Amino acid sequence: MSRWNKALCAMALVLAANQAWAQHSGIGRAATPAEIAAWDTDVRGDFKGLPPGSGSVSHGEVVWEAKCASCHGSFGESNQFFPPLIGGVTAEDIRTGRVAGLAKGGEQRSTVMKLSKISTLWDYINRAMPWQAPKTLTADEVYALTAYILHQGNIVPGSFVLSDKNMAEVQARLPNRNGMTRKHGLWETRGKPDVKAVACMRNCGPEPRITSQLPDHAAGSHGDLVEQYRLFGPVRMAALPVASAVPAAAPAVVSDPGRSLADKNGCLACHAPKQRTIGPALAEIASKYRGDSGAESRLVAKVRAGGQGVWGTTPMPPFQNLQEQDLRAMVQWILKAE
Amino acid sequence: MAQGDPAILQLPAHSTGLGQPVAARGYGKPSEYEKNLQRRESPGLTRVSQSSVAFAPLQGLFGIITPNGLHFERHHQGWWDIDPRQHRLMLHGLVREAKVYTMDDLMRLPSVSRIHFIECGANSGMEWANVAVPTVQYSHGMLSCCEFTGVRLATLLEHCGADVKKGRYILAEGADGSGLTRTIGMERALDDVIVAWAMNGECLRPENGYPLRLVVPGVQGVSWVKWLRRLEVGDQPWDTREEALHYIDLMPDGLHRQYSSVQECKSVITTPSGGQVLLNKGQYNVTGLAWSGRGRIRRVDVSVDGGRNWKTARLETPVLPKALTRFNMAWNWDGRPAILQSRAIDDTGYVQPKIAQLRAVRGTRSIYHNNAIQSWLVAASGEVSNVQVE
Repeated sequence: MSRWNKALCAMALVLAANQAWAQHSGIGRAATPAEIAAWDTDVRGDFKGLPPGSGSVSHGEVVWEAKCASCHGSFGESNQFFPPLIGGVTAEDIRTGRVAGLAKGGEQRSTVMKLSKISTLWDYINRAMPWQAPKTLTADEVYALTAYILHQGNIVPGSFVLSDKNMAEVQARLPNRNGMTRKHGLWETRGKPDVKAVACMRNCGPEPRITSQLPDHAAGSHGDLVEQYRLFGPVRMAALPVASAVPAAAPAVVSDPGRSLADKNGCLACHAPKQRTIGPALAEIASKYRGDSGAESRLVAKVRAGGQGVWGTTPMPPFQNLQEQDLRAMVQWILKAE
Repeated sequence: MAQGDPAILQLPAHSTGLGQPVAARGYGKPSEYEKNLQRRESPGLTRVSQSSVAFAPLQGLFGIITPNGLHFERHHQGWWDIDPRQHRLMLHGLVREAKVYTMDDLMRLPSVSRIHFIECGANSGMEWANVAVPTVQYSHGMLSCCEFTGVRLATLLEHCGADVKKGRYILAEGADGSGLTRTIGMERALDDVIVAWAMNGECLRPENGYPLRLVVPGVQGVSWVKWLRRLEVGDQPWDTREEALHYIDLMPDGLHRQYSSVQECKSVITTPSGGQVLLNKGQYNVTGLAWSGRGRIRRVDVSVDGGRNWKTARLETPVLPKALTRFNMAWNWDGRPAILQSRAIDDTGYVQPKIAQLRAVRGTRSIYHNNAIQSWLVAASGEVSNVQVE
């Protein structure tokens, strides 16, 4: 074989190899329609992806009390664990499509104040709620819950039934439907900045004036700073008074596996050690069942099933996916609370 | 000290005894003396730790790479340690053929390794109106930088035959309970986005999306979808919760800016910084970090008089696009009060603004994208505190 031929052969081999690489043969496989349907649940602003179904405000109220009220409050007004869903919109806002309160400032921004697309609310409830058991609601329940929230926000009447057929009508009533803009320079890398500074080097501007300092009451808000930096180097952390508001964790309690499991599984979001918050305090539960040898098993079943009525009307959601041994460890820890 | 330092004169145990064997710890850990450097929550910022933030201790880090165990955390519905053998990535929508990939598949594809910063859009968000937190960990600690390894998203899009003309957008979705979803523009997706499985030489940490996450260089952290399971090509943005109810910037007129994504040029001095105290007068190394979501850092200036006069700091190499850049400047502290600032300029010519300049356009309630110049007041006592100046 001549040198020329050899070179051609070599080139052909290289080309063939490149082609094989470009195709990535043997990598991945076709997704089945059932697989795509199982995961492709997103609902867009133009309602692409919205499944058929319906739900009434009154059905929504029932589902809400059972699965949502413990975190968000009975009327979606709670600010205890998450920002409030409801509040801050007026009939005039519904007319204009711009929530006037957003320009004023001051109050906390609720979900209905910000919401510009009804699909956003539907999609999020469907994919991520309830908090500890996401993706377990039926489409009709999602319609019903969306209707209930809209009713709490005075956007639809109490007799309303929301469905895939009338989502667009509700969209046209959303108080902040005209409150969003995409006209700014922060979406694309080449977008135009909205603030233009210049890099002056000498005698720039007037003598600087301090306009804000950490307020005294916040000095200790982040714990003991000395423990947040190494004990050698060019600087140390300054010792600051630690605010009493920062709870000091007792090591003996922290080391209990039941405690870390309770924290990990979100129990402590509703049950505080000593004060009644959304649910009864841990100390209250322990005190009620002290000396009751069957309490542990009964409480394990209760946590799994959820319940209502023992401590008040706020229901506790069911926690069905907990491991038996984890659940027992948590209940044992709770029953030791003082 | 008559004869000298006891640390020199009296030989310690580690000089006179036998040390520990190899592999005593199969996976190494930092020294016992480093235990103060931890990721920490900011008390009162959130009320549920599964939907919260842990800030990276920038005050104690060196160079530009964040150690994996100190990378900041932000979860929307808690984190999981997912079995990679059961993890799948689906790519569908406006494509010639919808596909499913296993981790085995993805890791056979041509991979790239790139160093990029990740910053939460809400970093420094507590300080739009006034000083709110004591240290740089809490003011700037939703910031990290790693060498990420994975396959370019462009490779996967090509493999599936994505219609890049009609399909102007891609939805990325996580496998966690929140099913976190963000829309990414096709132009960006074809440019430098990576579907990554590794950070800093090892697989992703569970808190950072193990076994698969999106890396969207220059863009706020929420778009770097963790536990990535699905990519859909479509012809419109999706308006999902994390792009229509949160991660939207409130302007003074009550309008919200949607899809604000780019992390504009920013810098901060990490030593000396808030909450610290200088040991005594004399020489210090003023050091910090600079970064830009639009490209490379061109220059960093440092002021010790609250912004009246500036000197250009030394940039350490490498200086990479959309990556943290380390700057240093020698400073002789004369014992008098000083206000330290740093100001970064990127290769588009954009100059990091003062907080007053940002407020003049965006007000104080935006929450997101505060890239203002940070001021640290050094008192005559040597104590350093967080201040804002005009």
